[in-house]
Formats: sequence, C-alpha cells, structure tokens
Amino acid sequence: MDESPFWEKELETFPTEQLRALQLRRLRRVTELCERSPYYRQTFREANFESSQLKTLDDLRRIPFLTKEDLRASGPFNFLAVPQDEIVRVHSTSGTTGVATPIFHTGEDIEAWANLVARCMYMVGMRRSDVFQNTMGYGLFTGGLGFHYGAERVGAMTIPAGAGNSRRQIRLMQDFGTTCLHIIPSYALYLGTVFQEMGLNPAADTQLRLAFIGAEPHTERMRERIEELYGIKAYNSYGLTEMSGPGVAFECPEKQGMHLWEDSFVAEIVDPASGERVAEGEEGELVLTALHRRGMPLLRYRTRDLTAAIPGACACGRSHLRIARIKGRTDDMFVIKGVNVFPMQVEKVLLSILGVGSNYRIVLETVEMQDRMKLMVEVTGGLWKGDVQELSRLRDRLVEGLREEIMITPRVELVEPGSLPRSEGKAARVEDLRRNH
Amino acid sequence: MAHQINVFAQNQPGRLEHMTKILTEAGVNIRAITISGVGDFGVVKLLADNPDLACQALEAEGFSAFKKEILAAVMDDRPGGLHRIFNILGGAGINVEDAYGFVVKDRETAVLLMELSAIAEAEQVLAAEGVEILSERELYEL
Ligand SMILES: [Zn+2]
Repeated sequence: MDESPFWEKELETFPTEQLRALQLRRLRRVTELCERSPYYRQTFREANFESSQLKTLDDLRRIPFLTKEDLRASGPFNFLAVPQDEIVRVHSTSGTTGVATPIFHTGEDIEAWANLVARCMYMVGMRRSDVFQNTMGYGLFTGGLGFHYGAERVGAMTIPAGAGNSRRQIRLMQDFGTTCLHIIPSYALYLGTVFQEMGLNPAADTQLRLAFIGAEPHTERMRERIEELYGIKAYNSYGLTEMSGPGVAFECPEKQGMHLWEDSFVAEIVDPASGERVAEGEEGELVLTALHRRGMPLLRYRTRDLTAAIPGACACGRSHLRIARIKGRTDDMFVIKGVNVFPMQVEKVLLSILGVGSNYRIVLETVEMQDRMKLMVEVTGGLWKGDVQELSRLRDRLVEGLREEIMITPRVELVEPGSLPRSEGKAARVEDLRRNH
Repeated sequence: MAHQINVFAQNQPGRLEHMTKILTEAGVNIRAITISGVGDFGVVKLLADNPDLACQALEAEGFSAFKKEILAAVMDDRPGGLHRIFNILGGAGINVEDAYGFVVKDRETAVLLMELSAIAEAEQVLAAEGVEILSERELYEL
C-alpha cells in the first residue's frame, strides 16, 4: 500500500464548508480568550464588540486591524490572554525595521506550531528516514527552532547546525548524509560557491533531495537555480514570528502557490492603503488571525507581506487556500522619484544578467539635490574572466536591465568580493541615505 | 606562454597597498604593474615571478583574480622600436587589447607585454619578422 501523502488527511482535505464552520468555532473561542487580555478588552470596548456577537466569519471585520506599531506601542504583556506562569517560550521578531517585538507561547502553542511545521515538511515528502539539516539561526529567530521541532515531530534525524560556518555545513552534510535542508535562498546560492571552492559538486557529492527555502522573499528563477545547483526539489515556506513563525503557508508538491493552513489561520487580503478586501486573485497585503494560539492571540494582524489568493482547487487534494509567492514586503518597498521599487525586482534582474547569486546592496542617496539609486554588486570569479571590458559591459547591462524593470536608471558600482555586509537573516539590503527621508 | 595576474579592484585609497602587501608576504616578486581603470573600478595587472602563487595568495584574501595569457616581446632599443611591433601586428589584422612596457635592470632591454585576442598568431607573425619573444621562464627570470 502506498504511504499517505497527508500528515493529517481529514483536516488537510476538509470540504470548504466544513473548513469555514471549523474556522468560525475556533474564531469564537479565540475572541473569547482575547477578552482576557488587557489590549483586546480595551480594543473590543472601543469598537463596541463582544465575542458573543460573532455570528459569521465576516463579523471578524468588526475588529480593528493590528499593526506592528500597535504591537510595539502597547507592550507585549498587554496581549497575554493567560497568566504569565503558563508561558514557556518567548521568540522575537528580527527587528530589522525597528525595535524587536517579543511573542509569547504556552506549551500548547509550541505543540500546535510544531504540528503545523511537521505538516508542511511531510507534505513535500520528508519522512522518518530522512536526515534534516537546519541551517537557520537558532535563538530568538523562529526559523531555527520552528523547523527543528517540526522535523523531530515527523521523526527525521535533525542536525541543529545553525547559521553560518559554510565549510562546516558542507562537512555535516557529508558526515551525516543530509537529505533535507532548511536554508535561506540567498545563502543556498552562496553556499554553492563554497562547494565549488572546496572542489565539490553539491548535486553529486551529497545525498540532498529536498530543501525548504524561506525567511526572505525570492523569485521563481532563484528557486530554479537552487534546484539545478543542488539537484533537488526546493519548496517555498512562509511564516512570520508574529504568527508563531514558519508553518503558516507552504508549497505542496504541485508548486502552484502555498497552502495557507486555514484550520489555524483566517486569511484576508486587503488593499494596503484603504484596508478594504481586494477581489479574489488580486494582489494585496496579507492579514492574518491566528486561531490556534492561547498565550498571545493576535487578531487581524497586518503582515506587510504582499500576495494574492490563487482561485480554484489544487490538484494535490488539499482544500486550504493557496497564496502566491510573496512579492515583497510593504515595508521593504522603497519609493524613488515617485516609483515603487521592491528589492525582489532588483534581485530578479541581477540573477537574470549575472546568472549566479551575488551579494548586493541598494543605497538611496541625494546627489546634487537629486535622489539617486545606487546598486553595489560584488564581483566574484563567476562574473568575469579577467578582462576589464567584460566588467564595463556587465555594468552597462545591469543599468539597462534595471531601467527596463523599474523605470529608474541606477548608478551601478562594482565592488570587491566581501566588501558588502552579508546578511544571514532577513536580507536588509536597502540603505536610505536621502536627506529628505 | 607567459602570464600576468588580472585583479579586480575598486578605485579606492589603500587597495594597491593591500594587494602588494599580500604578495610580499607570500614571497612573490612583482616585476611590473599597470592599471586599466573604468572610473570607480579597475583591473590591476601584475607581472609576477610566480603567477600561480600570486593568484592563490590574492584569492585567499578575497580578491577576484585571474591568470591571463600575455605575449612578451623584446623591443629594439632605438626610435621606432615600439612602432615596428604594432605595425607588424596591425598589418596582420591582430588587435592589441592592452599593452605596457618595462625596462630591465641592465637598462638596455625593454620588454613589451601585450594582451591579445589572437595570441598564437601574434607570436608567429612577430617571430617571423625577427622580433624576440620571451618564454615564460625567460620573462620571470629577467
Ligand atoms: Zn496543493
């Protein structure tokens, strides 16, 4: 008999109506729970809302959005819905855009989270017999421990390698016969160059077959590069610390969008400016309500991540909503000369012209009263063969490629390898030095 | 065939100092140097007595460096010596991508180092006209 492709068959394939009924039951329970937290007591009172009034899922709209700023301004303890004694773990956002925000978990919260991550990993084919190497940072960052617990839940042998130390990562893969990898996409490409330096071929000289890639937005082209380079299948992972971490949404083997686990979340996609829901299939900001958290339940959280719902049923049989690959973050986006630019767009151009991953940095600056975008790209051995003309041609092609993609003519600066900071967590690649910003 | 080292460098103070320090510490002797610059970056071209070692030492310190084949021709020590070489190559339709010269200790021999697209052909036509071409060993031992 074939092994089931599902971790929790019934839940994953629930007919939509039943799924909605489950969501409503869980939403009632979580809003009741929220009434015990000082923040929501006050918010509900101001919005003239009581959990008992929640009759349909649409009634959720009566509750105001929760932004990152609200979370920060109110202080995390105000969101606790259980006595502090019941909290067993705290994680924290990376704080790349400001002060770090702590998120609290009860023992049950951790269990539920681990189960969701296990569901994701199982879905794309990880099994007990696999060897899983986690190259994400452990500690407060959720990418490390989230996948760690998920992998152990599946029963795979887990190597808690942590971030960095590339040569050791490769040695671990060889020593233990790693088959599954959790890795940041830009780091996966970088690690490929380290394999090369060591005279190794990541496809031929390892047992790798699967990679879970996430923690930073990336393009389809980047996934393909990773799959080619390592000779594996790579699946896109989505999560955020405020919603526990990884395990919110994950690609199934069909690779036609990520299933967002609707038994644990209510997803809304809204226009970032007006907050109104967009039509199905249109792009907007993802807003999430966690249904499975007890310690610090958060409702209608503005993720700042831009995506779109994918209409229609998925061939894999799972009924849960599919969302498109994250296009970017509303807060990563920068505006220059009136044009909205996402670092992802720059990355796409770089990858298509250079053909290899290269470390880069975007600097926005004011030069002679004019705003200017400067793109700094590290020149590594893969980009040239020793001729200065190659490099000036490369620079011209980058300027032209970017002008076509983003309608802005940047200044491209080629810099020596290792001269730009290498980010291991969420890539903070944009630096804004403009005087009027 | 002789080789030089082409190294990518940003046009910033201290880069050449850093590069030459690495080579000194590796025990590499630099015989000649030139820079092809394009504004804020350039390619530093080094003639070293041990190109493999020089390349390794620079790469180990994070530089992007390549060994590049060059042609080393001895110039006649009289007016028109340089012109004669370019005249021969031009006549054969061979394009010189970059060139620089240096004078050897005895102050009598001048050597012209050239990056060319058709390097084997260039060697042939120059040798046929009696221009002395230095081998790798001869060049590094000057
Ligand atoms: Zn599916």
